[in-house]
Amino acid sequence: MKLPGVSEFSWRDVATEARLLLIGIPVFLWTMIPIYHMFLFAISPKEDAFSGKLWPDHPTLHNFQIVFKQQHYFLRDFYIQFWNSTVIAVSVGVLTLVIATSAAFAISRLKVPGGRTVLNLALFTYFIPAAFLAVPMYRTMGNYGLLNNHWSLILAMVTIASPYAIWVLKQASDKLPVELDEAAVMDGATTLQIFRLVYLPLMMPSLVAIGTYAVLLAWNEYLYAFLLLSNDREITLPVALGNFLAADDSPWELLMTTGFIYALPPAAVYYAFRRYMVGGLTAGAVKS
Amino acid sequence: MAITLSGDQAMPGPPLSSRLTPAQVWGIILLAPYLLVFLAFVVYPVCYGLWLARAPSNYVALYNDPIFARAAVNTLIFLVIGINIKMLIALFLSGFFAQQRTWIKWLSVIFILPWAVPSIPTILSVRFMLNPEWGMINHYIFSLTGDDGPNWLNDPTVALTMAIAVHIWKSLPFWTLILITGRLAISHDLFEAAEVDGASWWQKFRYITWPSMQTLYITCTLLSMIWTLGDFNSVYLLTGGGPADLTHVLATLGIRYLRLDQLSLAMASIVCAMPFVLPLVYFMMKRLSR
Repeated sequence: MKLPGVSEFSWRDVATEARLLLIGIPVFLWTMIPIYHMFLFAISPKEDAFSGKLWPDHPTLHNFQIVFKQQHYFLRDFYIQFWNSTVIAVSVGVLTLVIATSAAFAISRLKVPGGRTVLNLALFTYFIPAAFLAVPMYRTMGNYGLLNNHWSLILAMVTIASPYAIWVLKQASDKLPVELDEAAVMDGATTLQIFRLVYLPLMMPSLVAIGTYAVLLAWNEYLYAFLLLSNDREITLPVALGNFLAADDSPWELLMTTGFIYALPPAAVYYAFRRYMVGGLTAGAVKS
Repeated sequence: MAITLSGDQAMPGPPLSSRLTPAQVWGIILLAPYLLVFLAFVVYPVCYGLWLARAPSNYVALYNDPIFARAAVNTLIFLVIGINIKMLIALFLSGFFAQQRTWIKWLSVIFILPWAVPSIPTILSVRFMLNPEWGMINHYIFSLTGDDGPNWLNDPTVALTMAIAVHIWKSLPFWTLILITGRLAISHDLFEAAEVDGASWWQKFRYITWPSMQTLYITCTLLSMIWTLGDFNSVYLLTGGGPADLTHVLATLGIRYLRLDQLSLAMASIVCAMPFVLPLVYFMMKRLSR
């Protein structure tokens, strides 16, 4: 009889395990080195950061103190830029959800005439590379008089986020049984009541996934933010990070510290909603 | 069809004042916000951009601009070599991560980090690592060999390779994740039967894994190619297009023209990419909108 917890030793298992480790260790290093390097800079005094050590002689939180007290020329608007990033990301999330959910409901549940065409147009937009749309978008925002206004970035990001949102939500709506709507109509529910009381609660997991997707997309966006906003007090954090490079003697330890702070919220959001993200997004991302 | 709320004959409802049912009227109202966004921020910009790029002189200017030719070649290298390498690694790693081990589960949680964090700080982190004087990589090359390391980002070939590496670092987790879901969908019985028959590792891949995954794999590769055309960050934040504008790709070149106030050239360079982009987009739409 085999004792619990004691498995049979075999050379074959050891060899398999060793081969897996031979893949696993490089994968771990490859993934972590740029992130660790950023973290290392954030906790290093300037001299240590530039000396190439793997761990600083005197690890310190001084860099964080400088950032949070805005004690450097490049950081004098840190809080307002952080706030800008937050407001824009949340607005994009909310607007995308509103626009995409109503569109998906109209196309999938109400079978509005022309819905199929709209879906195809949205899908088409989804496939146009974002950097290609950026050039005419920049000029358009100028024509609308929205340059340097947060609305320009919010609207641009909603434009980019909603096609995918509509598509995923439409796929999810199609899976809800038609009988639900029919039963609600029998009971005398109006269209809006069905939307509010039947549709939205059932769609919650997809809505969480799409809301998270849109918020992260907007928070992480660099290209559009840097084209559309330029005033120091209007820009978002990633643009401010890019501006560090303007000087020859950039304070890289502060740049990495700010970058580290900037990277934390999306990483936290991603891991908090990972269950929803993996199910909701990858299922829709590529249908084989 | 009468499968929705709009069943004209089936459902007793208020007398219809027009051809549209109330549900359809609501449908149009609910669709309107997206249509407005689409008209204002996709249709208008695209038409306006095409109108700006209408003059043939723009294309002559592009043709005569060596930076454009270089950027087109770089983009092709990025797509054809970079993406295929990335997808092959993703295919390989999807097999690795499909193994049932606790430590591999944990590694897959860490592995997703590059995708979860924004690209700006991490790309800049790599940029400093590659700094010839102060960067960590050359520091170790010096302490190991006593020689100065290469000036990484000053050689266009190396710099472009590094930009591709950064792109792979960032987007590999996403594609691996998708290929893992494809792999897990394959029935386990097939592998067990193959095991009984004494199939080799390669035979299992060749006759079970690949046939069930090839459609997904090709779709992913094409999709990744389309999106990588718009990958501005990997090149711009790492090399800035330099040295001497030799590492531009079409995504950064358009923005470069824009910064130089040559909007019509920027648009023309994008129009030039369309003959390659549109067939891919058409193919993807056919595939996804069944």
